[in-house]
Amino acid sequence: MAVNYGSKRSVVGAHYGLRDWLAQRVTAALMALFTLIVLLQVLVTKGPVGYDQWAGIFAAQWMKFLTFTVIVAMLWHVWVGVRDIWMDYVKPVAIRLSLQVFSIVWLVGCAGWAIQVLWRL
Amino acid sequence: MTSPLPPTRAVRPEFRNIHALRDLPSYRLPAAGWVSILHRVSGALMFVLMPFIIWMFDKSVSSEISFAKLVRALNAGIGLAPGWFVKLVVLAILWAYLHHSIAGLRHLWMDINHAVSKEFGRSSALVTLVLGTGLTLVLGLKLFGVY
Repeated sequence: MAVNYGSKRSVVGAHYGLRDWLAQRVTAALMALFTLIVLLQVLVTKGPVGYDQWAGIFAAQWMKFLTFTVIVAMLWHVWVGVRDIWMDYVKPVAIRLSLQVFSIVWLVGCAGWAIQVLWRL
Repeated sequence: MTSPLPPTRAVRPEFRNIHALRDLPSYRLPAAGWVSILHRVSGALMFVLMPFIIWMFDKSVSSEISFAKLVRALNAGIGLAPGWFVKLVVLAILWAYLHHSIAGLRHLWMDINHAVSKEFGRSSALVTLVLGTGLTLVLGLKLFGVY
């Protein structure tokens, strides 16, 4: 296995960025699947979808399980994407770091809020 | 390789990064280029509007009262924002979600099949643009109560 620590650390080559690349795709597939599952449940509902039907979809325990996972997946997915944007367009280190910290605060806060909503159901 | 540089050299053109204001307006992007930049724009838009999206999720599932509040926000407006403006923001989110998803599925498809031909790149990009805009239009008409 390649040495990835200390003075012999290989600074270029295989695996750099692979984890984020893969995470981006796995989380995307998960969110696409989730979209399909929610959509199907809306479509099989007979009559207009009011509060009871809509909230009922997310109230099922397996849906809470899945929605929780999707919120975490989204957090990760958006972090990778937004970090890419900052890295591409913002060169001064201080501003870039500030924006990255802001993004983390923004995303963790949003994820917490979404999970809180789910928790109450 | 080791010969010293001549003391005077002709001024050679420099190719630096694309300048957003000077270069971008005159650049013509191919369809895949539009899908690519719009993928980024739509992602950034959803990132910025994330609290609003979660607020809508919160209102829609928390209680019948909050559900009614969301419906009222869409129809009659909320705070300083009139209803049509709230709907316009929702429409923007709809477009962003649709375009980002379809463009993302295109990425996944290309990764799985190694389908990286010039022609597939172009045709799938066109499908993405048409489908994204078309579905937004269909859902938008529903959102604004045309049907």
